[in-house]
Amino acid sequence: MENLPLSVFILSSTAKIVIIVHMLLIGVMAMIWSERRVSGWMQDRLGPNRVGFQGILQPIADGLKFLFKEDLIPNHVDKPLYVLAPAMLLVPALVTVAVVPFGSSITILGYEIPLQIADINIGILYVLAITSLGVYGVVLGAWASNNKYSLLGGLRSSAQMISYELTLGLAIIGVLMLTSSLSLREIATAQGAYPWHWNFMIHFPAFLAFTTAMYAETNRLPFDLAEAEQELVAGYHTEYSSMKFAMFFMAEYMNMIVGSAVTVTLFLGGWHFFGLENMGGPVWSGIISFGIFFVKTAIFLFVFIWVRWTLPRFRYDQLMNFGWKFLLPVALTSIVVTGTLWIMTSSRLVVAIGNIVAAFIVASIVAGLLAMKTPKPAIQDSDSRLTPTALDAIE
Amino acid sequence: MNAEQILFILFGGVSLIGAIAVISFRHPIYSALSLIVTFFAQAGLFLLLGAHFVAAVQVIVYAGAIMVLFLFVIMLLNLGTLSAKGAMSGKLKGFAIVLGILLAVEGVYIATNVLNNTAIASAQPATETPTTTTYDIGELLFSKYLLPFEVTSLILLAALIGVIVLVKRGSEAEN
Repeated sequence: MENLPLSVFILSSTAKIVIIVHMLLIGVMAMIWSERRVSGWMQDRLGPNRVGFQGILQPIADGLKFLFKEDLIPNHVDKPLYVLAPAMLLVPALVTVAVVPFGSSITILGYEIPLQIADINIGILYVLAITSLGVYGVVLGAWASNNKYSLLGGLRSSAQMISYELTLGLAIIGVLMLTSSLSLREIATAQGAYPWHWNFMIHFPAFLAFTTAMYAETNRLPFDLAEAEQELVAGYHTEYSSMKFAMFFMAEYMNMIVGSAVTVTLFLGGWHFFGLENMGGPVWSGIISFGIFFVKTAIFLFVFIWVRWTLPRFRYDQLMNFGWKFLLPVALTSIVVTGTLWIMTSSRLVVAIGNIVAAFIVASIVAGLLAMKTPKPAIQDSDSRLTPTALDAIE
Repeated sequence: MNAEQILFILFGGVSLIGAIAVISFRHPIYSALSLIVTFFAQAGLFLLLGAHFVAAVQVIVYAGAIMVLFLFVIMLLNLGTLSAKGAMSGKLKGFAIVLGILLAVEGVYIATNVLNNTAIASAQPATETPTTTTYDIGELLFSKYLLPFEVTSLILLAALIGVIVLVKRGSEAEN
């Protein structure tokens, strides 16, 4: 990137930004379509299949509908923040993609252009910093709506995001220790061509913890307490209509896409796949590597939908217990085990086995401790606290 | 004027405007948001200094974590707009004026010193900003600054345990 002349650099960067942002926006539409179709398939029904071939133009019809709906701003809201909140959720989701390497590099007219908008040396920290800002959109939208269901959704969401952010950050430290770099490109390059060299093999418990925390960060179904329809109408975006509601929706899907891309880079080998990415000439290898990255991200996104129809929603205390008592200890253990075993043996195989064994031991200890504590009395307590007033009312 | 100076003025200006907005807004939520803007502009200033790691940590810790808790508390307590009268009592007002004058005198003193005859005024700007990588910071933390680093982590651990003990006692008393 440093070797490029300034004009080529500016031109190529602009092209990359335009292409990637549009791919994200089209990706959101594709996700909405595939979510509805895959949901239909999993529930043994068809889903939308009328607009265009197999319903593929359905998201465009949805978008048009949103644009032509009345953009309602209720009287009781805090207007500046109410208008600002959807943008504050959408912008972090959009700018995170800047540091994701979506392929090796492509040679055009003798210039080698890396397939990444910005390769900064604190790449992964940048991702963590920007994703931690996404919570403001939810919290402010909830507060500005001046509606108790919205506020409840916003409070739940912010507590959840703060809790799972810790796991998100701790789970990647093992990866960073073995790569000794924070740059996402270097992490992807260091993993090599074969799946058994990829980070998810070496840091399997950390990979699971990271993925789970990412599901929580994106407010997806096992963790979608922020918008639990049965309890909170629609959670933090209850009062939003038209394009503002659509922006919340788009931000959620964009977060999913970017989160999957980051996971693929960190744990699933980035654009590598059995050396296929080195096939062809300098142009073709770039395109193939991009294709591999695209397919991996798409598969990961499919898992998102799959999980949605497999796991029911957590209860709030289950969510907090799971985050703090299971995921956090597992992530912490992976740091200790990776560091110790790597210094002692310098063998990735030993680190991989040690990580799994240690995570298993820690999870069993936590499960044992939780079983000994038996949470049942706590629920009875809250009942007995309620009963006197209920009895008073009857008497 | 080169790009770096333009960016410095931009970030410095935004940081100042944000800081003034923190104390001029009547509503606590808007004040907290202005503080976030200030933290962001400061992260930009760190980037200009080539301290990428510090900039990222500034955003993660202050803008991403601490300010969310601030907003959380403000929302939970449901604080309304501060009235012009109730905001500051007479005693506090006098105190504020004295402190403000002291701060202003200090600022003028430093500004004149810097502009007149110090090394800063005569220093030539470096041709290339030195970049501190995370690697360098890690190496310094675990060699030269090992003792302060460990002491800081012990203090943080003590605070953590203290918080847990306080919360535990509260919930036991409830039962």
